[in-house]
Amino acid sequence: MTAKEDPFAHVNATPGAAKVDPIIVAHGVHRTFGGLTAVDVEHLEVQRNAITALIGPNGAGKSTFFNLLTGFDKPQKGEWFFNGESLQSHSPAKVARAGMVRTFQLTKALSRMTVIENMRLGAAGQGGEAFFTALVPPLWRAKEALITIKAEELLDRFKLLDKQNDFAGELSGGQRKLLEMARALMSDPEIVMLDEPMAGVNPALTESLLEHIVELREQGVTVLFVEHDMHMVRRISNWVVVMAEGKIIAEGPPETVMQNTAVQDAYLGAHHDTDLSEDLS
Amino acid sequence: MDFAGLLTDAGRELFAPTTAAFALAAIGLNFHFGLTGLLNMGQAGFMLLGMYGYAITVREIEQHDGQLFGITMAAGATVAIGFLVAIVLAVLFGLLLGWPTLKLRGDYLAIVTIAAAEMVRFLGRSQSFKDLTGGSTGIRGKDFKGPFESLSPFPDRQVTIGPFTMHGSVSTSWWLVVVSWSVVALAALLFWRLSRSPWGRVLKGVREDEDAVRSLGKNVYGYKMQALVLGGVIGALGGVLWSFGNAVAPDSMGRPTTFWIWTLLLLGGAATVFGPILGSALFWTALVIVKGLAAMFIPTDWLAPTQLEPFSLMLVGVTLMLLVIFRPQGILGDRRELAINDR
Repeated sequence: MTAKEDPFAHVNATPGAAKVDPIIVAHGVHRTFGGLTAVDVEHLEVQRNAITALIGPNGAGKSTFFNLLTGFDKPQKGEWFFNGESLQSHSPAKVARAGMVRTFQLTKALSRMTVIENMRLGAAGQGGEAFFTALVPPLWRAKEALITIKAEELLDRFKLLDKQNDFAGELSGGQRKLLEMARALMSDPEIVMLDEPMAGVNPALTESLLEHIVELREQGVTVLFVEHDMHMVRRISNWVVVMAEGKIIAEGPPETVMQNTAVQDAYLGAHHDTDLSEDLS
Repeated sequence: MDFAGLLTDAGRELFAPTTAAFALAAIGLNFHFGLTGLLNMGQAGFMLLGMYGYAITVREIEQHDGQLFGITMAAGATVAIGFLVAIVLAVLFGLLLGWPTLKLRGDYLAIVTIAAAEMVRFLGRSQSFKDLTGGSTGIRGKDFKGPFESLSPFPDRQVTIGPFTMHGSVSTSWWLVVVSWSVVALAALLFWRLSRSPWGRVLKGVREDEDAVRSLGKNVYGYKMQALVLGGVIGALGGVLWSFGNAVAPDSMGRPTTFWIWTLLLLGGAATVFGPILGSALFWTALVIVKGLAAMFIPTDWLAPTQLEPFSLMLVGVTLMLLVIFRPQGILGDRRELAINDR
């Protein structure tokens, strides 16, 4: 991305900063579990056609926030919009059909289905998924052929094509991550939400996964991902959002966001540089 | 009993209408468990509901001299309406069971179905509905079998084909054999077609991981409901066919029946087209052979004749345990699936 095109050039590095062209806008999203506040996001905008990383220490509420945005969990209050359309009380399936597809922290490959069947399942608009249409193959064979071509192209890109007839359960952990990501792309989503795409992936595969994510942006897909690995965040993201204790505490470009004192406090504890000897005396 | 007689009996079980009825119930369960991963522990309830629906409807029409709402019914129409009522009841039962439970984790469906099936049985045998269901004695065959048997193109006498003798048209008859196995063939064809369609693919996805399928934009609840209702309807048809060879008897459709259906499905191989059929044939044949051999070789002062049935069922139970331990994918299952061991 050149500086001229950089959509973040004039964006303030403050929590809740307005973006040039936001694809997701969340406002006042609040989720508590009993007495514990898991997510309390005042305002967040996610820039279209960019890679945004969502980071934060363990228990910061990143995954819960993901679940809320994608309909897998319901907040006590709050509203959020995808392309200006409210997604409140949408089921996960409806959210996905709107163009927002997610992956999971614990990979959900469909083990006792072949790789190619996993891929085909990700496709949208297959009429043969309706009961009565399914009974009449001529009604869905043509679409199935198109879906298969697309699935094979994606598998080729993710270097899984030679595994297409293996059961997904036979793949390695990293390959399953790749499969899950490729499957999410079958429906041509506008945004993919990756929950810890690097967790449990060996270093050899990490590199190609990173390339795939960058490639997505080049193809016009927006990426929002949760990650712990700061090295990876610095390498591929255009913008970083930091969460701690359910709140968004900082936003900014990856090069500078870690210098923010609030971020350092969140990661290392607010009093990491205080001298404890005074308390001990 | 001699060996030849035992072999004939065993051979008869291979194609007996009861075997077909259980194969049908197992095909229904295969839609639930094999394709979708639903733990339906009340398939006997669907069967019983189906036979009540058919038998009561046909008995009422018969008692009104073949008239329904003043319109005279041909035997064929009476049979069709009986089947229709059985199907509608199974659909309603499926919707009722699925509505609260399919949003929850799979275990809850198991608990609810086992309880609901028992409720059908207890309601059926309760004195309160004696006029409708016949209480614990059930509904006698001659009250509802007439129209179906009158449709038989076969002669109205004993017919011998090879070593097997059966009546042409009445009760456990050649007519019932032909009809039952035709329905089994249709159900197997339906399973084959659907399990290889995009619809079946979504169900398999649900079986593997519901949330993953949700994240791909499919309405999981709707698919589970469709599978539950379809499998239940097939089970109800199995129940009606079973009652044609026997009678409507609530206590023969209790929990053991459900577990037999599970046994023969796992024996043949879940999620396969022919698994339920092979499983049913093997299960009933093995039962006859074990019973026959036990009667021949175990002295009566060791095991009274009345104890033979429970004894052979026990052996079948042990066989099932060994099977699930050593060959969990069943006879026709895919061995590769075994290697995948992530649950």
